[in-house]
Amino acid sequence: MELKDIIKEENKVYSKPELLDDVHMHYCPGCSHGVVHKLIAEVVAEMGLTEKTVGISPVGCAVFAYNYIDVDWVEAAHGRAPAVATAISRLWPEDVVFTYQGDGDMAAIGTAETIHAANRGENIVMIFINNAIYGMTGGQMAPTTLIGQKTATTPYGRRVDLNGHPLEITDILATLPGTCYVTRQAVHTPAGARKTKAAIKKAFENALTKKGTSVVEVVSTCNSGWKLSPVKANEWMEENMFKHYPLGDLKVD
Amino acid sequence: MAKLKGAITVNVERCKGCNLCVAACPTDTLSLQPNEVNDRGYHYAYMSNPDACTGCCSCAWVCPDACIEVYRVKID
Ligand SMILES: Cc1ncc(C[n+]2csc(CCOP(=O)(O)OP(=O)(O)O)c2C)c(N)n1
Ligand code: SF4
Ligand code: SF4
Ligand SMILES: [Mg+2]
Repeated sequence: MELKDIIKEENKVYSKPELLDDVHMHYCPGCSHGVVHKLIAEVVAEMGLTEKTVGISPVGCAVFAYNYIDVDWVEAAHGRAPAVATAISRLWPEDVVFTYQGDGDMAAIGTAETIHAANRGENIVMIFINNAIYGMTGGQMAPTTLIGQKTATTPYGRRVDLNGHPLEITDILATLPGTCYVTRQAVHTPAGARKTKAAIKKAFENALTKKGTSVVEVVSTCNSGWKLSPVKANEWMEENMFKHYPLGDLKVD
Repeated sequence: MAKLKGAITVNVERCKGCNLCVAACPTDTLSLQPNEVNDRGYHYAYMSNPDACTGCCSCAWVCPDACIEVYRVKID
């Protein structure tokens, strides 16, 4: 069988989701952000929520998410996405409102907004890209940076005595009565991406049925910040990140 | 038993040559272009071994830039 007999519209089983705009994304080659964008675009379209979804983009590498996924967006000040999401979801209770935040945005400058929105049980979805580094600003230590991990501001590795412990913000959020669903996933393999998509879908369903706050952490790579190739970054993540941030559901109500 | 035969296309200008699809492919169908680059200078992915493709979509799932379209047919 020749290629031209296979590559036909009726045989197509996978293509770029329509809601992912036909523009070049500024992310570094191999960055997890792109995979997660793709999954969100698929979930929104498959659930028929294109006209009912509002995203809140962060400050961080995902600041331009509004240029890439064709739903409504508001760009929040650094760390304030859960506060903005609170307002939008209260004013437009029929909409599905999600934040998209990095570890710096969610667990450093935005810790208060994150914890209080979840503690109030705001009817929002938080998608948390944990790459254990400040990607956008050039690879500084983040709250989630691992002990021993080298970054621009911990050139000899993160030290507990100097830099404190990695903050397990997702575990904290799981203890709050306001959260209905807290899960930790990764998109480094086809199976991982499929599971992450299912998690995002479940979180969006919770928002539709007004169950409270859903948190989907995606343990991610920042191969540029980690100074590894994309493939090596995936391996480093499996060996190091998953030990500290084990994948799976933390809470399902 | 019906056999699955697949093929992929790569949106060459979207591709950033990250190699994640190459690593994810269970049948070693893909490679990065050794010499050719796209307009941004990336060695883009292509089917170096098209006969091996089963259309499993592994490459497409992990591609951060949604460059890959997958096609699949059943042959008896
Ligand atoms: C009020 C404020 N403080 C600091 C900064 C600088 N800044 C920009 S992005 C960022 C951290 C980004 O890290 P993260 O949220 O983990 O996102 P990533 O880029 O890793 O996806 C910081 C500190 C800023 N833009 N605004
Ligand atoms: S700096 Fe890191 S997080 Fe930012 S786009 Fe590059 S790989 Fe992704
Ligand atoms: S995963 Fe996508 S961007 Fe990366 S090399 Fe393959 S086709 Fe190109
Ligand atoms: Mg980060």
